[in-house]
Amino acid sequence: MKKKSIIPGFGLSMGITVAMLSLIILIPLASVLAYSFRLSGGEFLDLMTRPNVVQSFVTSIGCALAAAVINCVFGVILAWVLVRYDFPGKRLMDGMIELPFALPTAVAGITLTKMYSDTGFLGRAFEKIGIEIAYTKIGIVIAMIFIGIPFVVRAIQPVLEKLSPSYEEAALMLGASRLTVFWKIIFPEIRPALLTGFGLALARGIGEYGSVIYISGNSEKNGTQVVSYIIMQKLNSGNVDYEGAAAIALVLLIISFLMLFLINIIQHIASRRTNA
Amino acid sequence: MKQNSQKIVQWILIGISVIFFLLMLVLPLFEVIYRALKDGLESYGRALTASNTLSALKVTLIATVIAVIVNTIFGVIASWLVTKFDFRGKNVLSTLIDIPFSISPVIAGLAYIMTFGRTGWAKPLIDGINDALGTDIALVFSVPAVVLATIFVTFPFISREIIPVLYAEGRDEEEAAAMMGASGFTIFRKITFPHIKWGLLYGIILCAARAFGEFGAVYAVSKARGKTFTLPLEIDALYMAGSADSITQAFAVSSLLVGMALVMLILKSIVEYRGKMKDKE
Amino acid sequence: MKKKNFIRKTISFTLAAACMVFTFTGCGDKKEDGTLTFTNVSYDPTREFYAAYNELFAEHYKEETGKEIELVQSHGGSGSQARSVIEGNDADVVTLALAHDITAIEEAGLIEEGWIDEFDKNSSPYTSTIVFLVHSGNEKGINDWDDLTKEGVEIITPDPKSSGGACWNFLAAWQYAKEKFGGDETQMKDFVAQIYDNVLVMDSGARGATTTFVENGQGDVLIAWENEALLTLEEYPGEYELVTPSISILAEPSVAIVDENADKNGTQEIAKDYLEYLYTEDAQRLAGENFYRPSDETILNEFADTFDLSVNLCTIDDFGGWDQAYQDFFADDAIFDEIYSK
Repeated sequence: MKKKSIIPGFGLSMGITVAMLSLIILIPLASVLAYSFRLSGGEFLDLMTRPNVVQSFVTSIGCALAAAVINCVFGVILAWVLVRYDFPGKRLMDGMIELPFALPTAVAGITLTKMYSDTGFLGRAFEKIGIEIAYTKIGIVIAMIFIGIPFVVRAIQPVLEKLSPSYEEAALMLGASRLTVFWKIIFPEIRPALLTGFGLALARGIGEYGSVIYISGNSEKNGTQVVSYIIMQKLNSGNVDYEGAAAIALVLLIISFLMLFLINIIQHIASRRTNA
Repeated sequence: MKQNSQKIVQWILIGISVIFFLLMLVLPLFEVIYRALKDGLESYGRALTASNTLSALKVTLIATVIAVIVNTIFGVIASWLVTKFDFRGKNVLSTLIDIPFSISPVIAGLAYIMTFGRTGWAKPLIDGINDALGTDIALVFSVPAVVLATIFVTFPFISREIIPVLYAEGRDEEEAAAMMGASGFTIFRKITFPHIKWGLLYGIILCAARAFGEFGAVYAVSKARGKTFTLPLEIDALYMAGSADSITQAFAVSSLLVGMALVMLILKSIVEYRGKMKDKE
Repeated sequence: MKKKNFIRKTISFTLAAACMVFTFTGCGDKKEDGTLTFTNVSYDPTREFYAAYNELFAEHYKEETGKEIELVQSHGGSGSQARSVIEGNDADVVTLALAHDITAIEEAGLIEEGWIDEFDKNSSPYTSTIVFLVHSGNEKGINDWDDLTKEGVEIITPDPKSSGGACWNFLAAWQYAKEKFGGDETQMKDFVAQIYDNVLVMDSGARGATTTFVENGQGDVLIAWENEALLTLEEYPGEYELVTPSISILAEPSVAIVDENADKNGTQEIAKDYLEYLYTEDAQRLAGENFYRPSDETILNEFADTFDLSVNLCTIDDFGGWDQAYQDFFADDAIFDEIYSK
């Protein structure tokens, strides 16, 4: 496993990386950890099994999953269209995929709420067919789709660019159906990248605050409180509950960490396969 | 027959993409611009030149530039480390670098407050340093706090763009150069850098775009309007000010940020395009 | 050759950008003419009032001392604002929604004991109460707390677990139920539970709730601060009506000097002046104009057209003080959790 590299600079770059990582990311996060350890095991369990906490995790994870799945479908289509087809406005579309990265989450949240509430024109249109979006879980999912789409598109795009169309053409020639071609030839190639995008979009959605908070309505009854909201609630309440907030934050952190860890392992395996 | 059905599939897929694109990405943009200009150009101009807006713009620019510089240095070094060497715990390390990507910004802000705040454990340390240096730097509720929080949320943006490029490139060239006795810095400058420069620029642009849009983490550590507020905080303050006027102003300031974001995206497209052209050469 | 050029260009661009930013900051920093910066950490609905008051005070300060003063405002949920001061937000004075929030800062060691007697009227220069805001015409016929329990009435009120203002809304409803059912707790809980059953959107703060009701057009009735409701009437003439319930609660926002910070910043005297000046006639009138009830009785009566002075107001003392009320009603598993999660 360990192989001495002859490229110089290992010590220096390791030192700088670890030092900066510790100062900026790890030490502050360790404080969260320290705070949450002030709770005893029983208190921790008690907090984590409170109905509103459980409900918020269900909502956050459920909505983020739904949004990530939807993003995978549309992400693959978008990436495919952007790579394979030519049509007017393609460059513009390609350039604007990252808009949700760049648009402040608060602006996104406020704008989406305006568009999808009863006074917004999309909200009015959907209300006519009996679907309410703002202040429901659908609203949360829409906000999460918005913030997650670039992750998926940008993960798949480079892979599709490298994928030569000749295999598909050959398969089509041989009489394979389009669907078979997709599942048997294209999908296996983009699977690791799709997983990366899926994981990032999911992780981002689970922790999202700014864009979700305005559109969700934060009703415990309707199950529209997300985990980030519960953390803020603990901090803003009349009796500030640092330990509780830190404990919930920690669980959220562990979920993100595990998800990203999984993705990195997948990427590592994939890169080894292509390098081999 | 085949040709025909292929065309149909193509246009259906393009149609779906365009609809999704319009509905999810373009429409919110138009909504912002429409709301911003609702009361005419004059009030739009007033909103943009208000002293609070200008101060927020200044803080935003400071935070963005410093965050980009710090993260570029870190990003380049960390990607070099991760891709050029094998060591135990590499997966854990690259995961740790990525953490801010998916972490709730709420937690980021909370983490800084619990560390450097008045009640944080590192506070005596900072006081000691301030006493020794005769300075009065606060790491929470101040411009440095905004800068730190911005660095946190954009931390992995640059390394994430470079790492795949370096992985794809492999190590042969560097190893050959090292064998011939080139120093680390020379290897980086002559061999590695030309490969990553477009990826790096792309990462810088994304990092900047994300930096000036950050809300949650900065919100936790910045409370003084007109002093330490960034543009997204100013937008929230205007939106929360409750009058119809101030909400229009909020959208006016938003449109400024949207404009900055669009400039960044255009720059990014140019970089991407030129990068691809160069690759083909 | 080309590569070198690129590096050089990148480096010089970065340096130029950095220099630009630093000169930019340079001109914005501490002014040389000795202008003092003074920070007032307040809560959400006072934005307009303190914007106006700061102008008034700056003028007064200039007359007295001949110097300029830069007044910095900070607004947000009262509880989170108090927390920010505890965590190191460098406030010279705090002007918060609840005495409880200031007590929290006192307990953290930043404010000296006895602050509540430092200024007149329990250090509350202005008060407010809880009212209803309904759409013009009041089609649902909402006139008192009873009407909020009717089926089909959609209510907007913030989350008491994250907003201090929302706690007042809850307590006002509770007080009404107490009188109505003669203190029978089961019936009272049922009554308030019915109200909260009708809540459509529960925002995290009072301002957010107002925005949801007014800007996004949700719900039939907003349970709101009187000053927020009056401000909305002024901003959107003809669109809304204010309904004052028969029983409500007197909210006494409190002010205090943050001694530790003021001592450090050398602003103790200005802080005292700043808060005392709130009680002058001009400032009291300004509070009235911004829809806060002035604590000065004579001036309050000048605003008899604006405020319904006949409403029966209970105070937080009827609930055994704020700390007691919080434990009884809003702590985890207390009455609010009990009725709301049913």
